[in-house]
Order: sequence, then structure tokens, then C-alpha cells
Amino acid sequence: MPADSVSMGKHRSDDAPIDGTGDGTGEPRTDQSVGARAGLSDVAHEPGAAKPDPILVADDIVRQFGGLTAVDVGHLEVQRGVITALIGPNGAGKTTLFNVLTGFDSPDSGKWSFNGKSLAKMPAYKVSRMGMVRTFQLTKVLAKLTVIENMRVGATGQKGERIWSAMIRPLWSRQEGSNTTRADALLARFKLDAKREDFAGSLSGGQRKLLEMARALMADPELVMLDEPMAGVNPALKQSLLGHVKSLREDGRTVLFVEHDMDMVRDISDWVIVMAQGQVIAEGPPDAVMGDQRVIDAYLGAHHDSELTLEQEEEILVAAEAELAARRGDHDVGGADGHDRRTGSTAIGSAEHHDARDDRP
Amino acid sequence: MDWQDMFSLSVQEALGPSAVVYCLAAIGLNVHFGYTGLLNFGQAGFMAVGGYAIASTVTSFGLPFLLGVVFGLLATVVLALLLGVPTLRLRADYLAIVTIAAAEIIRLMLGSIALTDYFGGQSGLQDFSDTFRSWSPISGPVGILGLVSWRANDFWVMVVGWTLVLICCLIVFLLMRSPWGRVLKSIREDEDAVRSLGKNVYSYKMQSLIIGGMFGALAGFMTALESAAINPAFFATDITFFAYTVLLIGGAARVLGPVAGAIIFWFLISFLGVFFAQATEGAAPLIPPEIMTSQQASLIRFIVLGLALMLLMIFRPQGIFGDRRELAIDAR
Repeated sequence: MPADSVSMGKHRSDDAPIDGTGDGTGEPRTDQSVGARAGLSDVAHEPGAAKPDPILVADDIVRQFGGLTAVDVGHLEVQRGVITALIGPNGAGKTTLFNVLTGFDSPDSGKWSFNGKSLAKMPAYKVSRMGMVRTFQLTKVLAKLTVIENMRVGATGQKGERIWSAMIRPLWSRQEGSNTTRADALLARFKLDAKREDFAGSLSGGQRKLLEMARALMADPELVMLDEPMAGVNPALKQSLLGHVKSLREDGRTVLFVEHDMDMVRDISDWVIVMAQGQVIAEGPPDAVMGDQRVIDAYLGAHHDSELTLEQEEEILVAAEAELAARRGDHDVGGADGHDRRTGSTAIGSAEHHDARDDRP
Repeated sequence: MDWQDMFSLSVQEALGPSAVVYCLAAIGLNVHFGYTGLLNFGQAGFMAVGGYAIASTVTSFGLPFLLGVVFGLLATVVLALLLGVPTLRLRADYLAIVTIAAAEIIRLMLGSIALTDYFGGQSGLQDFSDTFRSWSPISGPVGILGLVSWRANDFWVMVVGWTLVLICCLIVFLLMRSPWGRVLKSIREDEDAVRSLGKNVYSYKMQSLIIGGMFGALAGFMTALESAAINPAFFATDITFFAYTVLLIGGAARVLGPVAGAIIFWFLISFLGVFFAQATEGAAPLIPPEIMTSQQASLIRFIVLGLALMLLMIFRPQGIFGDRRELAIDAR
């Protein structure tokens, strides 16, 4: 990656665990994650663990939809300058938590702060202006604007966006010029420069993900929140997206992302937070978390490590059916001991026993 | 069949005061719908507020004409705020419902007996355009001999009206090429994305509603001055839909779309009207009375116009000035 003209040395606080690369020296560090993880080495591997330098702190966040508690997070801290992954089964409340934290949804109770400033009741656009910019699970590109116009929208503090100065071009043309330069540098970095004048609506799914990420960077965020950046992206593009996410950390930004792709989580994250049924159930470095029995039980299933062959799937199915038949015979065995190690096909087991754990919307 | 007569009358209408009114109303809708994606179905309401502000200020209160213009513009700002505050935070369809209802409420209120002293009830108000006409430098009919001709008052309305159209188009052009206009277009595409980039979407939508509403007020001024009288029937709901038609013919989100749309719309309306009138009149009409009588002729033009609009939407859905490439994106 070439020297990055848009990198943001200034965002790093003085006591942050990383030292400057975004300062224009042009030497990207080869193993940023070692430095980033060092700050987390003393952090306990438990839900709600305190971090040495948290950028985002959340307390007692509850969000209910009718009778359903989608999110119930007691305490959560996100370390500055590292890549934190938020994982969990479908319906664990990850995206809802994202929406709450970024002001797109309001919780029933709870408080949370960014850089020590409370974000409660703050509208989404103000959250974004504070330096916490998100992307969306279903990409939201501005289809009938060109790629470069999409990028320009991302820039903050534009004089020409005020109605009174908008009509007089000399008031904003210089700023527009520097924004365009910045946008072009980002497009080149994300390899979208060839698409500069195309409508964003004509891009492929993966290119849209790239554009959305690049556009978020135009706002120069301190914390980048990516909601499933890999969803619907082909394997070839996946590798370059991984590189881009890592490069955000090299810029000195903090990344929090939701992802289902375990390879990606293992590959790039410095810290993993696991949610299930709206609660944080485990935290830790990727290897530790993925070895955690609670996580395996709640989320990954017994065979998370290997691709299942057809024969194995068949075996699991037979075993599960046999187990179900056995349970039907013995009515005492039921939801009382909810987290007995399920055999493989958890969906069948849970549906049969009305255990809603994996079926939350 | 007098073809020259038909063309003369049609051109007269296409450039005449009515076209000016619909053009201004459509410019307002272009800001609302074309650029911001706001579904305002109550443009007639904004026009009514503008028109009645002039008429009522002069006739009912005896105040100067220019004060009426100022009141009209202020009143549309108030109306935009009243409509926008509760609805702009909600989904787009809520604004559509509220605006169409609000326009009807305004129309019925203006015609109500209780407010006759101020708005003249169903018969409306007259005698408010003397000041406006006194400014006119034009004394006799204007036109090209044998081709087109307008009465002095009509021509004065046209001069002022098309000047306003020019100014409005210039304002729209300047605004829409700026970053401000880019935010508006982005809101049309996806407002959550814009919100996530730190823009106050609500405030931009409100600004758009106010500006488009003020263009609507200008259309209301011209409606009142065109006929030197005003009554609630001038501002029925179909006015809004004709204004939308004008916008779609010209092409939404194009600066000159409403201008071309208004001229084409009024040319067609007038041409079809005269054509069917001539084709059914006289001793040996072109269209025999068994097929169409002269009473039916005045209505058939709307049927043909509707058909033409359908064909336009099928074969050139982007309108006259629209960009086909943009439309291809919708199909994805």
C-alpha cells in the first residue's frame, strides 16, 4: 500500500497504544496487530472486561421490540486503535446494538459514550460528526450519483452545503477541490478510480461495499463501524477488503465490525466480542474466544472448525433424529438443562424443544 | 379545418399565462420530488396560499399589493413548516397523505362562509390587480400579425411570469450544482446513508419543502393576476396532478424540464381542444356526430393527452430532458 495521503495521524490520542504511521512517512508497518494487541494483553477474557484505553463505553443498554429483548448489554468497552469483531448467531442483537450505538435506533434504557462524551438521545448525524461513522449490512450507495459524487457527499464541514453560500460557487469551490483530491486518493486506494464517473448504481455488490467504506472514510472517522463488510462479496475481493480493513487500523483508526465470516474474524480482529440472545456472552482475542466452550455451544456448533462432508451431515442428522426420538420417549428431558451439548444440528434440537435461543429475529 | 388557426391558438396557449403558472408550480415540485424525493401532492395548497395572500391583502384589508406578495411568501414558509414538522421525520408516503389533505383543507377553508369577509367565500375575490396592471408598460395587444396575439394584460403577466421562471430556473441551477443540491439528491437516493455521513436530513428536507413551496406561491400569484380574480375552484387537486404531468413530460430533476413540460403540455391541451372542436362542428364535420358530438369534443382531449402521457412513460420514461442511463439503474 502506497503512502496514504488521507491517513489520520491526528486522531490518535497521545496515550494510545499505537505510535504514528499515518504521519506521512510512507512506511506502513508490517505487523500492526502485535502492537495493537499488546494493549489488550492484560485485559481479562470475560464479558464486559475493562480496557486500558476505551474509545466507546456502553452501560446497561436495553432495547426491546414488544416483549422481545433484542439487546441487553450490561457493560461493554471498545479499545482504541484496534480491530474489534462483534460476532454472534443470527438474531443475537448485533445490528440492533450497532443501530443503538450510532443513533439510528433509540434504546429503552442505557447510556453510552464516545471519547467520554455521552451519546444518549443524540441523532445519528451528530454521532457521525463526532467521528463515529458506520456502514450498513445492505449497502446504501447513492445509486443515481456518480462514484465521485458519492465520495464528495462524505466530506464533512462543507461550506457549500449551507443554503446561503451554496448559490455562490467561489465560496466553496476551493474546498470542493481539496475534497475531490482526497476522494480521488481514496478511490485509488480502494481501486475504484476506473469507475470514477460511473453511476454508483451500476457497481457490483462488492464494489458497492468498497465504495461505502471509502465514502465513510471521507468523513474522516475515528471509529469505523462496519456492519457485515463481507456479506455477498466474492472470495477474490474478500482478500482486498480484508487488506483495506487492516489498513484502517494502520491509519490509526479504530474498527468495530459485525461479521459472520469466521475466517475473516480470525484473520484480522484483535479482539472479539460474542453476543447471543442480546447479551455479551464472551470476550477475548480470537483464538481464545473461538476455543471458549460457551461460544461453541451458543453459536458455532460442534463442527465449526471443519467443513462438513455429506457423509458427516448425514451422520449428524441420524444422530439428532435418534436423540429426538429418545427425548420424546422421555418427557423429563427438556428445556430445563438448556445448554447441554447439542449434537450438531442445533436448529432441529431447538425447534423441537421450543428453545428460542437461536430463533430470535 | 383551419390549420393555421389551430397552430396560432395552440402557440398562444403554450406561451401564455396558464403555461407560466404550471411551469412555476412544476419547478417547485421539481425541487420537492425531482431532487429531494419528497412526494408533495399539495402544491395546489401552496398556490392557494400565495394567490389568496395577494387578493386578501389588497381587497379585504386595503393594504399595498407588494405587502401581499411578502405575506404570500411568508405564509408559504409557515405552511411548509406546518406540513414538514410532523411528517418529514416519517416515511415519504406520510408527506403525500398529509399534503393532499392539507391542500383540500386550505381550499375548503378559503371557500367557507365563516371566512367570507376575508376570502369572499365560493365567489372569491376581485379587484386586487390594479396596482400590478398599472405597472405595465404595454398598452395594446402584442403579437406577430396574423400568427399570434395576446391581450395587453395577458402579455404583461407573461413578461413578469417568464421572468420569474427564468429567475427560478437560475436559482434551481445554482443550488443543484452545489454541495447543497448534492445532499438533496443523496437524500432522494437513501436518507439513512446521508444521515450516517453526518448530514441533518430533516433540516435539508425542510429547506427543500420551503423553497419548492415558495415557487408554488409564485405560481399562485400568477394564477390570481392572470384572471384578476380568484376563487377556491382555481386550486382544486387536479392542478397538482397537472403540474406533476408537466414535470414528468419535461423530465424530473432537470433544471429546464418544467419549462419544456409546461410549453408542450399547454400546446397539446390547446391543440387537441381546437382540433376536436373544429372536427365536430359545421354541417359536414370531419368526425361524424355518430362517433363524436361537439359536446364530447371538449373532453376527448384529456383522453388523448392521457394516452400520450402513457406512451411517453413507456417509450421515454425519463421525459424530454431525462437521462436514460439513470433510469436503467432503477431497473436493477
